[in-house]
Amino acid sequence: MKNTNTKNVTLKNVIREYVSPDKKTFRAVNDISLEIHSGEFVTLLGPSGCGKTTTLRMIAGFENPTSGDVFIGDENVTAVTPDNRDTAMVFQSYALFPHYDVFNNISFGLRLRKLKEDEINKRTKEIMELVGLKGLGERLPNQLSGGQQQRVALARALVVEPGVLLFDEPLSNLDAKLRVSMRNEIKRIQRRLGITSIYVTHDQSEAMALSDRVIVMNKGVIEQIGTPNEIYSHPASVFVADFIGRSNFIECKVRSVGEGVTTVDMYGKTLEIQDTAWQNRTAGQTVTVMARPESVRLADQGVFKTHINSSIFMGAMQEYICDTDGMQIIVEDYDYAQHKAYSEGEDVYVAFKENTLHII
Amino acid sequence: MNLTNRKRVFDPISATFTLIIIASLVVFNVLPLIKILIESFTNADGVTYSFMGYVRAFQYEQNREAIIHTLVSSSLAALLSTIIGFIFAYCSCYLKMRFKRLFDFVALLPIISPPFAMSLSTILLFGGKGLISKTLLGIQNANIYGFWGLLFAQTFSFFPMAYLALKGVLASIDPSIEEAARDMGSSRWKTFTKVTLPLALPGIGNAFLVVFIKCVADFGNPNFIGGDYLTMATQIYFQATGGYEMQRCCALAMLLLVMTLIIYLLSQSVLTKRTYVTITGKATRERTPIEEKHITIPLNIFCGVVTALVLLMYFMIPVVSFIKVWGVNYEFTFKNYQQAWKLGSEALFDTLWLAVITTPLTGLLSMLMSFLIVRKKNKLTGLMNTLGMMGMIIPGTILGYAYVLQFNEPPIVLTGSLILMVASCCSRYLPLGLSSGVTSLRQIDPSIEESAADLGANSMKVFVKVTIPLIRSAFFGGLVYVFVRTMTSMSALIFFVSPRHQLLTTTIMRMVADGRYGAACAMGTMMIIVVLIAIACLYGLIGLFGVNRKEIKLL
Repeated sequence: MKNTNTKNVTLKNVIREYVSPDKKTFRAVNDISLEIHSGEFVTLLGPSGCGKTTTLRMIAGFENPTSGDVFIGDENVTAVTPDNRDTAMVFQSYALFPHYDVFNNISFGLRLRKLKEDEINKRTKEIMELVGLKGLGERLPNQLSGGQQQRVALARALVVEPGVLLFDEPLSNLDAKLRVSMRNEIKRIQRRLGITSIYVTHDQSEAMALSDRVIVMNKGVIEQIGTPNEIYSHPASVFVADFIGRSNFIECKVRSVGEGVTTVDMYGKTLEIQDTAWQNRTAGQTVTVMARPESVRLADQGVFKTHINSSIFMGAMQEYICDTDGMQIIVEDYDYAQHKAYSEGEDVYVAFKENTLHII
Repeated sequence: MNLTNRKRVFDPISATFTLIIIASLVVFNVLPLIKILIESFTNADGVTYSFMGYVRAFQYEQNREAIIHTLVSSSLAALLSTIIGFIFAYCSCYLKMRFKRLFDFVALLPIISPPFAMSLSTILLFGGKGLISKTLLGIQNANIYGFWGLLFAQTFSFFPMAYLALKGVLASIDPSIEEAARDMGSSRWKTFTKVTLPLALPGIGNAFLVVFIKCVADFGNPNFIGGDYLTMATQIYFQATGGYEMQRCCALAMLLLVMTLIIYLLSQSVLTKRTYVTITGKATRERTPIEEKHITIPLNIFCGVVTALVLLMYFMIPVVSFIKVWGVNYEFTFKNYQQAWKLGSEALFDTLWLAVITTPLTGLLSMLMSFLIVRKKNKLTGLMNTLGMMGMIIPGTILGYAYVLQFNEPPIVLTGSLILMVASCCSRYLPLGLSSGVTSLRQIDPSIEESAADLGANSMKVFVKVTIPLIRSAFFGGLVYVFVRTMTSMSALIFFVSPRHQLLTTTIMRMVADGRYGAACAMGTMMIIVVLIAIACLYGLIGLFGVNRKEIKLL
């Protein structure tokens, strides 16, 4: 059942401007270029208003770029209407046809392609089985649960065997548990069919769980493109570091630069940090060092003295919020059973795992 | 906790109000209709009963004609109105257009103008002395009176109503449903026929039926321009006032009433099927407007032409008011206003007085009823709701006639009194305020009021201090509506006109009948100006209460 039609997607210098009623132009998407390989699962991740949905809708053809080009496969589709593009979208509101039953919702696209009746039947049934809707063909959308509606929307997009599958925050209307199981389902089906997928979300855990690559967007531009591991461990900007997970940011002075290693001063102490961008550093420059809360430890003794402002038990971990010379440091201890517990008001020392520090 | 529970179980204040309101609704909405029903079975001797009224109603050829006329012209006018209204609504919701605001303005015009405004302008444009028919085309004695004139006038009077209803329907369709269809490979046209149209169909059916009821019950247009083309409403009026036999006339009235009731029930059942429009998640984004030229240009031209025509029709009235003799001598003059003032100033003040009394009464009553219906939900208040909404489907002519029959003789004699006029307007214009009050109150969390009650306010205090401010936009919308409708209404009030209580609309009608078009238009212009001033005053008042004007919805 592998999709043989799957295609790559290329955006070249795409700009989308809107003119507000008071004649001000606003750039929702500001000069984006990117390439999505055939069969890849890519997520557009960012806060609301970052231009991710606009980008997706330009790929689908619902919006036209103010300038720039969109390619699907080798074809420049910039001026092609949505009905003539080889894309299929799963909408946030599912957008099921309320006047058709499940079977007719799913077979809608096949009918438009004027396939033979038994071919339509066969393919629709296959897809319904794949997404777990067997036996529900005669239900109307309003007789389905949220998760089932979601499956119909997915099946309807899959059945036309599109070159590119588009997802516009498809899970945001589901409750938390269902969201996790649906996202695993999507992953399973996408792997099985090997279809190019572009997925828009503001939920970082969704992006992490699903994607081969994540594209982090902010204010209409791309902040970083990378694997989930890359964007988490080596964020390219403070924005990315802050948006993906929690972070502590510490301003430090560069003391010296060596090959692959930058040495910085942190509160008067010297730290050596692995640094792929060491060539860009110069001694004396101020840089921001990121430390993830789970890679910071508390101890009775050490080099960086700190004061615990709050200590909260969160179930999976013990969270400390500390104050170091007026700077806030968040510590998450996931191994709290093995470690000493500290309470609010105590003066302790923080220790950074040097190999997890990252210079932005 | 116990205290509040006890309060909710028995609340003497609201129970008293509920009972008083139900009693008055029974007196003014139910008894008169029962009276007509009884009279339709009562023989001329007044003692024996039979079906002869109905038999004779059908035997009378004019009646048979009127029934057929009503069905034919109303269904055609409703069909045309729905089509034009749909095109306007579609353009407003789907197209990139410059003059969308103008649509809404045009849609408001029929509400603030008398029910015969379109007929009057049609006569002035296409009639025997019409600007287009006689002066421009040179047709002598063009006869616009009759079927075509009525169809034209009703279509142009009522399509804005279909437009407003359908705009709501189309706006509630989640645009991503259409985008999904496009995405699956369906063209614009296929998307329209396979998705948009089927989804809007129940709403279209409802709009058609609502306009149909309006046309069937319409008295102003058939009376003005119908000529020999009698409809049921005009037929009932002429028979009722002409001293024909009462039994037959009541039978015809019952037929009309049953007809409107059936159409109304049909429109409601059609509407309940509409639930699927909003089943899936909320509409996530605005609709991307259609920009393809081959779609926008023809639709723009159509809407432009129709809008221009409507504006021209309304523009006619003030223009003609300054013309010496329409169709003969197009000199400028103020004489019409002098004449109109002489003949109609009394009617103007009487009508204004009527509107000033009716407006606050109806407004407060509708809010009080909404409060009781939503917050003190029980069987009694449910009954009150049904009785209150009745006024919406009783044709004005029937209500007027029923009042004449009911209140001419004991137990309650009110003939010739202002009370009847006020009551009939209240009964007819209450439903709008009531339904918008109920809707907006349902959207407000009852715990806000409960907390006031919990702090010791009785239900009267809760209503005045908490509820009214919360639903003030529905309240003021209702006020504007009642005032305007009362100023321009005719079908029911025409039965109560007396030298003591004159009416603006009937005065204008008499002027037209006498051929004083200039004076009639001058009177009509003054009426529109008074209405506009009153709306401005109400809006000013609304501003003082901190309500956003845009929240106010007419119709």
